[in-house]
Amino acid sequence: MKARVTVTLKNGILDPQGKAIEGALKSLGVDGIASVRQGKVFDIELNGADKAKAEEALKAAADKLLANTVIENYRVEVL
Amino acid sequence: MKSAVLVFPGINRERDMARALKLASGQESTMVWHAETALPKGTDLVVVPGGFSYGDYLRCGAIAARSPVMDAVRKFAADGGLVMGVCNGFQILCESGLLPGILMRNAKLKFLCHDVHLRVERSDTAFTRGYNAGQVIRVPIAHGEGNYTADAETLKRLEGDGCVLYRYCSPTGEVGDLHNINGAAASIAGIVSEKGNVLGMMPHPENHVEDIMGCTDGRGLFAGLVEHLERAA
Repeated sequence: MKARVTVTLKNGILDPQGKAIEGALKSLGVDGIASVRQGKVFDIELNGADKAKAEEALKAAADKLLANTVIENYRVEVL
Repeated sequence: MKSAVLVFPGINRERDMARALKLASGQESTMVWHAETALPKGTDLVVVPGGFSYGDYLRCGAIAARSPVMDAVRKFAADGGLVMGVCNGFQILCESGLLPGILMRNAKLKFLCHDVHLRVERSDTAFTRGYNAGQVIRVPIAHGEGNYTADAETLKRLEGDGCVLYRYCSPTGEVGDLHNINGAAASIAGIVSEKGNVLGMMPHPENHVEDIMGCTDGRGLFAGLVEHLERAA
């Protein structure tokens, strides 16, 4: 089973990397960019076929390691 | 002072730290590998040194913070033991939940490697006993992620409880945006836990302890720790 965990910065947390990327896109002349926030994507393969179990494991993975919930939110998707 | 210096893959300041500890206490530190599940018997102080544990993968300090040895450190700290993290060590202590908040990318995105001035906010803690309150010391920094932040409530509590021990400042002790080298909330360079036994700081006091280093302002921190432990004994 394949899954994806997406980790993003919480609103209000300053993201200097996102800001720098935003500036670079604007200087490249890419139209219509209002703002950029950088995050992380983890593509994970799971053993077994139980979707509920997989979601539980992924949430544990995100809470314990993949995200720092002081500054980050995460979203779990079993694909 | 029996000190244990933790070693993770990618850490590179452990020997500087051990040298500074020996200079202050006259005793050799024990190097403790991250896979250990216990600290040496009779440990007075655990030091998490600087470097780039696990290549800063995922988030600085995130993987080291989940090492087996950190469970022992959490227990040691819960029992009141002294723990000190410098630079990557500060990041590891934040990631491990021993200190609140997190170290974010420096506000101007640059890796900064130079001397800074710090104002010592109070002198009545194990980690600042060797200084006077308000004293300005000069120590080096070397980090890309030293921009301390926490939620508003935590910051308020840190200030209210006197947990901020070191702040970036001018050579004469003024604190402000101009001297806040990495954008840290309230110019915070170092904090202590609520119970006062866990210190995290970004600058490297261990690199200013001998005349050959050009400055000895870092000595006070180590001398203060030795004095604190002698008084407690």
